[in-house]
Amino acid sequence: MSVLSEGAVRPVPAPRRRSRFMAWMRADTRAAASLVFLILLVGASLLANWVAPYSPLEQSMDILAPPSAAHLLGTDDLGRDVFSRLVHGAPASLYASVLAVLIGTSIGLPFGVLAGYLGGWVDTAVSRVIDTILSCPSIVLAIAVTGALGIGLTNSMIAVGIVFSPGLARLIRVQTMIVKGELYVDAARTFGMSTPRLVLRHILPNAIQPIIVQVTLLLATALLAEASLSFLGLGVQPPHPSWGQMLARAYAYMEIAPAQMYAPGLAIMFTALAFNGLGESLRSQLDPTRRRSD
Amino acid sequence: MSRRTLKVVGWRLLQVVPVIVLATFAVFGLLQLVPGDPAAVIAGETATAERIAQIREMLGLDLPLWQQYAQWLGGAVQGDLSTSLITGLPVLDEVLRRLPNTLLIVFYALLLAVGISLPLGILAATHVDGRVDRFVTSIASLGITVPNFWVGMILVGLFALQFGWFPTTGAVSITEDPGRALWHATLPAIALASSGIAEITRQLRSALIEVLSSQYVRTLHAKGLSQSLILWKHGLKNVSLTLLTVIGLVFNRTLGATVAIEAVFAIPGTGSLVVASATNKDFPVVQGVVFILVMIVILCNLLIDILYSILDPRMNKQ
Repeated sequence: MSVLSEGAVRPVPAPRRRSRFMAWMRADTRAAASLVFLILLVGASLLANWVAPYSPLEQSMDILAPPSAAHLLGTDDLGRDVFSRLVHGAPASLYASVLAVLIGTSIGLPFGVLAGYLGGWVDTAVSRVIDTILSCPSIVLAIAVTGALGIGLTNSMIAVGIVFSPGLARLIRVQTMIVKGELYVDAARTFGMSTPRLVLRHILPNAIQPIIVQVTLLLATALLAEASLSFLGLGVQPPHPSWGQMLARAYAYMEIAPAQMYAPGLAIMFTALAFNGLGESLRSQLDPTRRRSD
Repeated sequence: MSRRTLKVVGWRLLQVVPVIVLATFAVFGLLQLVPGDPAAVIAGETATAERIAQIREMLGLDLPLWQQYAQWLGGAVQGDLSTSLITGLPVLDEVLRRLPNTLLIVFYALLLAVGISLPLGILAATHVDGRVDRFVTSIASLGITVPNFWVGMILVGLFALQFGWFPTTGAVSITEDPGRALWHATLPAIALASSGIAEITRQLRSALIEVLSSQYVRTLHAKGLSQSLILWKHGLKNVSLTLLTVIGLVFNRTLGATVAIEAVFAIPGTGSLVVASATNKDFPVVQGVVFILVMIVILCNLLIDILYSILDPRMNKQ
């Protein structure tokens, strides 16, 4: 019996996946560019010690120097190579984005599924809590939680993750409610499938697509949140480099060296743009009813 | 307002009560997130045992949890949000003193965002897939991913330092000198509006495209109505509800984003207050700011719900 029900819900043959992926990349240049950018960024993060020409902490007498052959993007107020700091700041940004989204999902997913599947008072209670947390401007809440947990990158991203969780829970709740009413879920239940198995095998796989899209888009939001928090001195702590904090330093010396603020800002913008490009392309890819242009 | 609308308003007010109660739990619960002994953490590493005991007593940390909450709530209801651990001044006074500076740039930014994104969204939706549309959508994509405090920095660099058209930093009270207050608030508001412009434009564009491609708009075309009449009379009327929802969301987000903007422009608002007090572990102030901002957002959501029921009578039938 279980063979029958599984056969009915998994019609996608595995071998065609690769060609579908290639077709998607060819059709959507923005998605392809985003993916290439992110792969390069991850590569640069992993190989930061080899990619960066200097140590991110190495100081020199040559302070606030303009770009030159020796220092591609110039040096900062302590004579540190800006390009090297930028490369060494990438892992922190990527780690921060992924951590925040992981925490948000691992809190939001179970609550969303529970509320959507069980309905009744559980749903009402969870929904009210979601409404409440969403009533607080997210960055302010993240700052408050960071202050309580203790200042630092990991704590601030736990805070951002907590702030993300109600939005994700709300999305997952709606998806679960939609899938719960499908015929194959009824069928599986009639066959005597246990509730946890039903949720894991049928509800989650069928509800997950919009969540994957949302998670990709949230990576961009998390990146911007990390940049803001590090800019405000609540994220990555000096001397370790991060893009947000580099902007804060550049701002302090803006009247002497205004060009300092462009590189970290562009790095943040391009990375967020890549996450967003991928997420939006995934959305139109996964949803055939949606217009490609929006 | 009709009787029905009044009924809806009453019902919404009733629904807001549990959210407010939960919000007080959440704000109170912030202190519970502090690892270890909150009093010791607040007092700092070099504090004496007496100072720790003093803080513990001041915050009522030796009482059972529900009593602490009751005490805090009792104070909050009477407008007493405790006192700052650093300045010793009442939290509420400090928050209310700074709130106008924040609200000025937030509402200024919101006004700019709506004013700029309305024409952009309409232009894009009426030229779907054309060059105008592609330009507007790319700008909107950029607006969502650009860090707005960085926009603020660039604006300062250009319009304050290089051209000297605007002051670099600071704020002027709107009640003292409205003209100069607006002048000071212009660059922060533009920076703050960047993500709102993008968000409202995108949502307005897709909502308007959907309405304009619907059956009844086709019927209106068939009846011989002009393009502009259909757009202004039927199209925009039908997207006004979407627009309202998005503006509500953007308000909430702008209220958060102002924190980094206040840091860039050195504006003494609630955002800079919450950063300074979170850094200095002045938790009563952190709680106070979060509490007041949550109340403002809840009030704003309530207003939007009420506007909804006035704009769309169908909502009242539930």
